[in-house]
Amino acid sequence: MTSTEVPVGDPIEGLVGFTVVLRAAGLAVTTDRVAAFLAALDALDVTSRTQTYWAGRLTLCSDPDDLPRYDRAFDDWFTPPRGGGRTRVVDERKPPPPKLAALTPSTQGESDEDDAGESTQVFARASGNEVLRNRDLAELTPAEREHLRRLLALLRPELPTRRSRRLRPSRHGPTDPGRTLRAALRDQGELRRLHHRDHSRRPRRVVLLVDVSGSMEPYADALLRFAHVVVRRSPGTVEAFTLGTRLTRITRELRMRDADRALAAAGRAIPDWSGGTRLGEVMRAFVDRWGQRGAARRAVVVVFSDGWERGETDLLGVQMSRLHRLAHKLVWVNPHAGKDGYAPVQGGIVAALPYLDDLLAGHSLATLEELLEVVRNA
Amino acid sequence: MNDRPAGPADSPAALAAALRSTGYLADDGLATATFLAMQMNRPLFCEGEPGTGKTALAQALAQVLGAKLIRLQCHDGIDASQALYDWDFPRQLLHLRALEATAGSGALDTDAVEASLYDPRFLLARPILEALQTTPSVLLIDEIDRADDEFEAFLLEVLTEHAVTIPEIGEIRATVPPLVVLTSNRTREVHDALKRRCLYLWLDHPDLQREIEILHSRLPGIPERLAAQVAGAVRALRQADLLKPPGVAETIDWARALQLVGASHLDVDSAAATLGAVLKYREDADRVRKQLDTLLAS
Repeated sequence: MTSTEVPVGDPIEGLVGFTVVLRAAGLAVTTDRVAAFLAALDALDVTSRTQTYWAGRLTLCSDPDDLPRYDRAFDDWFTPPRGGGRTRVVDERKPPPPKLAALTPSTQGESDEDDAGESTQVFARASGNEVLRNRDLAELTPAEREHLRRLLALLRPELPTRRSRRLRPSRHGPTDPGRTLRAALRDQGELRRLHHRDHSRRPRRVVLLVDVSGSMEPYADALLRFAHVVVRRSPGTVEAFTLGTRLTRITRELRMRDADRALAAAGRAIPDWSGGTRLGEVMRAFVDRWGQRGAARRAVVVVFSDGWERGETDLLGVQMSRLHRLAHKLVWVNPHAGKDGYAPVQGGIVAALPYLDDLLAGHSLATLEELLEVVRNA
Repeated sequence: MNDRPAGPADSPAALAAALRSTGYLADDGLATATFLAMQMNRPLFCEGEPGTGKTALAQALAQVLGAKLIRLQCHDGIDASQALYDWDFPRQLLHLRALEATAGSGALDTDAVEASLYDPRFLLARPILEALQTTPSVLLIDEIDRADDEFEAFLLEVLTEHAVTIPEIGEIRATVPPLVVLTSNRTREVHDALKRRCLYLWLDHPDLQREIEILHSRLPGIPERLAAQVAGAVRALRQADLLKPPGVAETIDWARALQLVGASHLDVDSAAATLGAVLKYREDADRVRKQLDTLLAS
């Protein structure tokens, strides 16, 4: 089977139809990509199934994650239907509700219960920012949660910097021959002043790893909002992942400006919301797939987790030591570390402890601000 | 739309054959990708695990086209003056002093002096400018994921216009656009705007048969048995959950190392002696050394 059955009518229509299916499958198929696809087919043999396949794969995909989706769509579209014509199926179901909704009680729900709603609001106002700053994030009332959200949005985190290779005009450092010469030219070739240049500062990469397993559930919403604030501050240099039964990269979702939309998108991206954790395995997935390749190299890596490890802690220890060697600073944030009588005895923490540069609490807004301070000075 | 002189190939299959003659074995996808890159004048964006032959592809293409390979290695903080062009300041200064010395008592005309300073002969062509000025050429922009995103934005113009503008001289446009190959190891996400202008090629490790063929083409005279054993063992290593699974480059290194120590086949002793050619982490080497016999038996 080498020739392709193009649907009745204009072949271009059939090909463009294929791109529509791809778009529905989640590929970022833009008009210029469609044009490139058609141009590629122009240079190839359209009747060859292989060449049509590659023309599309090379022009319409842009990520290894796109490839399985492309393969499926290609098979569906270009395999002649057995009996009956081609029908297009449009998925008209609503997208599933974001899983984060469970953690962020809707405001309508609140206004229904007049009395309770009002009293908590009053309390929130009375409690004031100062008290709220020190409250445990897990014990907040819905109204306080709302208030905290606004406070989080007001954070202006300053991110760490590192010395760059790039030279910029400066008062110190080696002479800048270009600027010195240009200045000399303006003075008829007379060198009156030496200009200097020096290395500029560039933002250092920051990686946030947020545990979203069941035991961290009370904190997850606030921590993800915190991550959103940090990602938005410097979208190019901050990476965010969630740890659960799987590793999920949520940087792209958190780059959205609107906090609620970003969190809803991140919630949809996380398949293992409040499930179990296998910290060791998930950390290995992170170090293998991202950390070692560059995301963690010379970065400030912050792990938000209570360190409840159900699997072997040896594996976690090995991964933390790898991460420690890759990263500039490795910080662990454990919400329980802020409570009275806390001792780092959970298996995960014990395994990780020798490789940490810092162990912080992060259970309240005040401690999160402390964390930002540590990250900035890293 | 195609102003490139007719290449050595008029179909992906012919191009694959030409690549094969240089020792680079291309499958359907790779052949189609390179063929389209030439036909459509589009940069080829190669992504994949380290050691799957991304950089080697550019070298093979240069050989096939009889073109000069110009390589730009990206790194943190790379900027236009390292990628595009720079002025040779010391020589400009010297020139200025020479002008002063020969002018005698008469005053110099500033405009004329300045014009003579920004002469193309004081221009240092960095890889991208060099690629635009050299015909034919293959421009390899290696590990673009290491550069900052500002640098990507700067590449957009060069890749679509095949021209650069130097304020003092004007626009320099390639008569024949270079064939551009970009590689990325996926350490960070490259901007979609850049990817959209390229053909996207994802490279996987080759299958067993192709890897054996690669060994034969890269190391002519390698015993059939050794090639098959090495390729098989590397395949097993890739599934062994290592910190750094070996790429094709490591396979070739290993086979070469085995030949150098005079091994005609792969056994526990020769493998243990040459393991450093294929595994690059102490943890990996320790683990594999313990299980060498089961690994080689499979």
